[in-house]
Amino acid sequence: MSFAVNAMLKSPWVFHLSTGSCNNCDIEILDCLTPRFDIERFGMLLVGSIKHADVLLVTGSCNRKSAGRLKTLYEQAPQPCVVVAIGECSLSRGLFIHSYNCPVPLDKIIPVSVYIPGCPPKPEAIIGGVVKLIQKVKGT
Amino acid sequence: MRTREQVLKDLQTRFKDDIVDLLDKSPKRVYMEIKPESIVRVGSYIFKDLEARFNIASGVDARSHIEILYHFSLEYINLLISLRVKLDRKKPVIDSLTTEFKAVNWIEREMSELLGIEFKGHPEMKRLLLPDEWPEGVYPLRTDYEEWDKNAIRDRGV
Amino acid sequence: MAKSVIPIGPWHPLQEEPEFFTLTVDGETVVDMDVSIGYNHRGIEKLSEMKSFDQATFVIERICGICSTSHPFAYTRAVEDVIPVEVPDRAKYIRTIIAETERIHSHLLWLGLAGHFLGYNTIYHWVWKLREEILDVCEILTGNRNNYAIFKPGGVRRDFNMDDIPLVLRKIDGIIPTVDRLKKAILDDPVLHARLKGIGILTKEEVIDYSALGPTARASGVAKDVRKDAPYGAYDRVDWDMIVTENGDVFDKVVVRVLETYESIKIVKTCIAELPGGEIDLNIKDIPPGEGIGAHEAPRGETFHYIRSDGTNRPARHKVRAPTFMNLPTYKATVIGETISYATIILAAIDPCYCCTERMAVRDVEGKRLFGGPDLVKLSQEKTARMKREMGMP
Ligand code: SF4
Repeated sequence: MSFAVNAMLKSPWVFHLSTGSCNNCDIEILDCLTPRFDIERFGMLLVGSIKHADVLLVTGSCNRKSAGRLKTLYEQAPQPCVVVAIGECSLSRGLFIHSYNCPVPLDKIIPVSVYIPGCPPKPEAIIGGVVKLIQKVKGT
Repeated sequence: MRTREQVLKDLQTRFKDDIVDLLDKSPKRVYMEIKPESIVRVGSYIFKDLEARFNIASGVDARSHIEILYHFSLEYINLLISLRVKLDRKKPVIDSLTTEFKAVNWIEREMSELLGIEFKGHPEMKRLLLPDEWPEGVYPLRTDYEEWDKNAIRDRGV
Repeated sequence: MAKSVIPIGPWHPLQEEPEFFTLTVDGETVVDMDVSIGYNHRGIEKLSEMKSFDQATFVIERICGICSTSHPFAYTRAVEDVIPVEVPDRAKYIRTIIAETERIHSHLLWLGLAGHFLGYNTIYHWVWKLREEILDVCEILTGNRNNYAIFKPGGVRRDFNMDDIPLVLRKIDGIIPTVDRLKKAILDDPVLHARLKGIGILTKEEVIDYSALGPTARASGVAKDVRKDAPYGAYDRVDWDMIVTENGDVFDKVVVRVLETYESIKIVKTCIAELPGGEIDLNIKDIPPGEGIGAHEAPRGETFHYIRSDGTNRPARHKVRAPTFMNLPTYKATVIGETISYATIILAAIDPCYCCTERMAVRDVEGKRLFGGPDLVKLSQEKTARMKREMGMP
C-alpha cells in the first residue's frame, strides 16, 4: 500500500458535489457530519475544494449543465481519488431516467467505486458504504 | 375593500372589448380569456389597481394553439384570477409584462426557452435553465418534443 | 477603483443546490450581480406528464428534499380542484400535521445553515442535532425520514399508528426547551444583532413588485400567508398566528422563522389532540377533463401547482412553481449596494438552499500570517464583550 493510500484511509477528506439532485441526499450527507452521527470522529472531513479531497461524493442525476463541469472537477482531483455515488439518482438517475435534461448516468461519465442506494440513503447507510469502501481499498 | 362581485363587474365593464370569455369556475377560481394584444393593459390593471399578487404564468401547449395563463391572487377576497391568452402555435408572440412589474421576468425567460414563446420588449432575454449546448428551436415542453440527443442512454443497464 | 468580477459556485463547500452567482464588485461593494441557475434542472414538469396522476406524486415529492410535503400537498390540492372534491377530515389533519413537522425541520435546517454562513458553527451543530428529533417524529408518523410518500390525490396513503402518538408528543415537548434556548442564543446575541440588523433590506414595495413570498415577504411587513388567506387542510380549525415583522432586514427574517417554529409546534400539538376519526382516502378513480390550481404555504413561501387534465389518467400539463423562483430575483434589490461579506448571508436569507462563506485567515501582502486561530478567538471574545458594553447589554 502506497503512502498516499495509507494516509487517505486514515483520514479520508470528502468533497461533495450535487449534480441535479433533490437535496435530500445532500442533506443526509450533512447529517452525517452533525452531532448525532458525527463521522468527523473518524477523521472524515468535508472540505471546500476538490483539490484537497480524497473522496468525491456525488449525488443527483448528472444533468447536462453539471455533467461537463463534473468531468472537469474529477480531472482536477488529486489521485488516488475514489468516487462514491450516493442515492438512486446518481446510480441510475432513478425517477429522472426519462428526463430530457439527464442524458447519461454518472458511471458513464466518471468511474465510480462505491454505490450507495436509497432515495435518500439513511445516514447509517452512507456511513456503512464508506466503511465498505475503506475495507475494499485495504483489501480485507 | 371591494367584494368579489364588484371586482368581477369592474373588470367586465372596463375591459369589455378585451375579454373573450369568462368562466366563473368556483367561488375561489375565475378563468378569464382575453385577447393577446390586451395583456399588458389587463395584467397591469389587475396587478397595480386591484393590488393582486402575481402567482405565476403557466404556458401550455394545447396542440392546436399555445396558451398562457397568468395567475393572480387577490387575497382580500380569496380569489384566484387566471388570465388566459391563446397564441398561434406556429409563431407565438406576445408583449412582455416585465416592463410593468418585475415578478414576471424569470417566468417569461423560462417560457421562452421551454415553450418557444417570444416576449416582445423583455429586457434581458437569455436562457434561464437549459444548458448552452441545447439546440436552438427545440422546446422540451412542446407536445411534439422528440429526443434530439443520439447519445442519451435510457435504460438502466440491468 | 477598477471593477472586478467574483464568481460564486456552481459548487460551494456546503451549498446543497448548485447555483452560479457572478458578483461584480467595486472595491468591497457589490455593484452588479447575475445568477445562472439550471444546474438542477431535471425537467420535472415533462416527467410528470409521462406518469399517471397517482405516480406523479412520487416525482413531485422529489422536486425538493426539504419540501417533500409541500409540493405533493399543492399537487394533490390541484388535482382535487380539477374534480372538485373535499378530502375527508382525518386526511386533512394528517396532511396538516406532516406539513407542519416539515416546516419545523426546514426552519431549523435554515437556522443551522445561517449560523454556519456566519461562522457561528455552534448554532449549526446544535440546531441540526435538534432537527434529528423532528426527523424521528416524521419517521415514526410516516415511516420515512424524508420523502414521506404519504400524500395521494383524494387523501393520504397511510394512517397513523395511534400507539405511537404519546411518543411523538413526548418528542415534540422535548424539543421545546432547546428551541427556547436557541431563541435566546440567536435573538439576544450582540454579534448577530450587529451583523444582521439593517442589512439586505427588502422594502414593502419591492416585495410587492417581485411578488416575493413566505417569510421573505412577512419579514417586510407584507402579511400574506396562504394558510390564512385561503385556508385549507386543518389550518382554519386550529388557532395560530401569522408572524409579521416590519424591518425587512436579514435579522427580521431570522426572527420570523424562529417564531414560526413555535406556531408550527402549536399547530402540530393541537392537530394531534383533535385528530378526528373516519376515512382517510376518497379512492378517486377517474379525473375528469378540466383545470385545477393548488397552493400550499411551504416553509419558504407559497408553492403553486397548475394541472390540466384531458380525461386520461395522465396530466396534460403540470406547472410547478416553487417559492424560490419568486424570491431569488429579489437579490437585485437586496445585494446590490452591500459589501461582499454580506452577500452570502443576504442570499441565504431568502432560504434558497444556497450557502457558505469560507473560513479564512487574515494575511498581509507578503503572505505572512497576522492572526492565528487562538488570536482570533481572543479577538472575538474581546469584541463580543466590547459590543455588549456599547449596546448596553448585560
Ligand atoms: S436519490 Fe432520491 S433523495 Fe437522493 S437526490 Fe435523488 S431523488 Fe433525491
